[in-house]
Amino acid sequence: MSRLLSKMEVDRRLVGLAVVLLIIWVGFDIASGGRFITPRNIFNLSVQTASVAVMACGMVLIIVTRHIDLSVGAVLGVLAMIMGVVQTDFLPQFFDYNHPLTWVLTLAIGIAVGAMIGGIQGVAVGYLGVPAFIVTLGGLLVWRGAAWWVTQGRTVAPLDQNFILLGGGIEGTIGATWSWIVALLATLAIIYAAIMERRRRLSFEFPVKPIWAEYTNTIIKAGLVLVVIATLNAYHLPTRAAERLLENKGIPVTPENLEISHGIPIPLLIVALVAIVLTIVVKRTRFGRYVFAIGGNPQAAELAGINVKRMTVAVFALMGVLCAISAAISSARLQSAGNDLGTLDELRVIAAVVIGGTSLAGGLGTIYGALIGALVMQSLQSGMALLGVDTSLQSIVIGLVLVLAVFSDKYFHRRYSDPSA
Amino acid sequence: MTDTKQTTDPLVEMRDIHISFGGVKAVDGVSIDLYPGEVVGVLGHNGAGKSTLIKILSGAYKADSGQIVVDGKEAKIETARDARDNNIETIYQNLALADNLDAAQNLFLGREITDKFGFLDDAAMEHKAREVLHRLNPNFKKFTSPVSALSGGQRQSVAIARALLFEARVLIMDEPCAALGVHETKMVGELIDQLKRDGLGILLISHDLHDVFDLSDRLHVMKNGKLVGSVRTEDVTHDDVLGMIILGKMPEHLLHLAGPGATNAPDAQSAANNS
Repeated sequence: MSRLLSKMEVDRRLVGLAVVLLIIWVGFDIASGGRFITPRNIFNLSVQTASVAVMACGMVLIIVTRHIDLSVGAVLGVLAMIMGVVQTDFLPQFFDYNHPLTWVLTLAIGIAVGAMIGGIQGVAVGYLGVPAFIVTLGGLLVWRGAAWWVTQGRTVAPLDQNFILLGGGIEGTIGATWSWIVALLATLAIIYAAIMERRRRLSFEFPVKPIWAEYTNTIIKAGLVLVVIATLNAYHLPTRAAERLLENKGIPVTPENLEISHGIPIPLLIVALVAIVLTIVVKRTRFGRYVFAIGGNPQAAELAGINVKRMTVAVFALMGVLCAISAAISSARLQSAGNDLGTLDELRVIAAVVIGGTSLAGGLGTIYGALIGALVMQSLQSGMALLGVDTSLQSIVIGLVLVLAVFSDKYFHRRYSDPSA
Repeated sequence: MTDTKQTTDPLVEMRDIHISFGGVKAVDGVSIDLYPGEVVGVLGHNGAGKSTLIKILSGAYKADSGQIVVDGKEAKIETARDARDNNIETIYQNLALADNLDAAQNLFLGREITDKFGFLDDAAMEHKAREVLHRLNPNFKKFTSPVSALSGGQRQSVAIARALLFEARVLIMDEPCAALGVHETKMVGELIDQLKRDGLGILLISHDLHDVFDLSDRLHVMKNGKLVGSVRTEDVTHDDVLGMIILGKMPEHLLHLAGPGATNAPDAQSAANNS
């Protein structure tokens, strides 16, 4: 089995995680009498995971460079408040309510402020030499306090009609047709990438995977994408919402017409986009290479001419940008911005990243691992909620799972990795 | 053996270098030189100032005063990048490799090959890495595992390959054999001979005489931040050099060989007394 995996060049840790996720899903499905693995629950799970998943992608880079960011929940809170005020109080001075530009400008302002907040923390860590743990612990208090100050504690609602589409919900999806188009494009991209990679290695006469392994890898990847999208398309709008939609569009209400698919929720699309972009950044750009070099040996990175201080600022600023995107997703999902939004998210994000195999010692970690980590955390929480487990017991279980995950990772890593390492 | 070479210009010269840290004179008026195709040892106890001197040449420290001359022209070396621009490469004691990256990624760290869109071209880098490493060490096979999985000698090969890849003319090796076993030390010795034949100038920094004596053509010995003397290896014995390292004095019978800048040479001492 393990030889098979190494032939296919599959990350063993990824397989382990996928198995854990599968066990959790099947377990909850049996325990809840078949209510867990349903199109509806999968759809909700994807929307609920989105905010933490986006931040987890950035946290991978932070932890890989041997830092930590405890402030992400608070930064999310303050950014959600700022974006709330911008779209409900500030921009309506210039445009009509629900103007199509409002959400774009709001998000742009949120991202800019997020980059600034992250950048400030990055300067404190990189240039002033204050440990990231302290800077962001301070940041946790500062930005949570700042979130209250934005409106003196008043919750901002209702939000812009277009902005709330970022949070998913009945209208915040791209529908069946577009979902199938995305599925087709994704499949083509997966096949294209596999062919190009193989061709490139062959052109330099490097060893390549056996051809059956290439086929299996590609089929599994493309198959997963298709299954997920088919599942999301199998989740139909509730009858009354479908009726309203049809009436608005002036289409006759018949039983066939009422079967309207949700398709891919917009927050999931955002997560996919962020994850793809960051994976490319990590694997194919100097920036990503330097992030890992710094994590592996900061002195070596410095001696190789890498500006470690500037890189630190950039990584924290990127984290701030992702906090802004997450703030948009979570406030849009609730259709309001309250100053307690994102409370304890820092712990969820760090837990997701660590469960996803990122080493707290730095230098090791993957974006896709963090995504699965986030999904594991959210699955546990949603599953227990579905079974009616107390909130107090939920946190006990999740806390134990986190410790167990890190322990088992260390244990298996020691046993099955290269003995000389 | 170096008589013919002495007539050519030195590859690199450090003249009257001073640097102090908080009142402590770590390097105090030291001058050394290095010719093409020559291996020069810089010896001294821990704290003698040899590593500090070399870090000035490799751009890790900036000298308080003094000149660095490369190919007869004064060079400004203030960062690691400046040193590299002057074809001076340093291989540090801890090897300065990122353990989590593979050989090719380490070789090209800071100078990656990119494609026309600015993305990393890993295949091209691996191709070049295979070429260079094969020349140094035909047994090197682990191209895709992180360098933490390599042996000490293999890691040393990666570090040296890194220098060669970027056409180093001056190679600085800090304690080149410190982390290595007997067989691997021999391998590094062969590597150094090969590089010497290619016309590189090599500076070996060590506190252990035995590591460098057989490899070097000349030795600069330092103590307490000053240069004790520069001698040709063929003129001295192990004991002579040990005396220089420990006592900080040129042995009586070698006084006539003391190079320029040697603080314990008679003329330098009388000059110091007069001032």
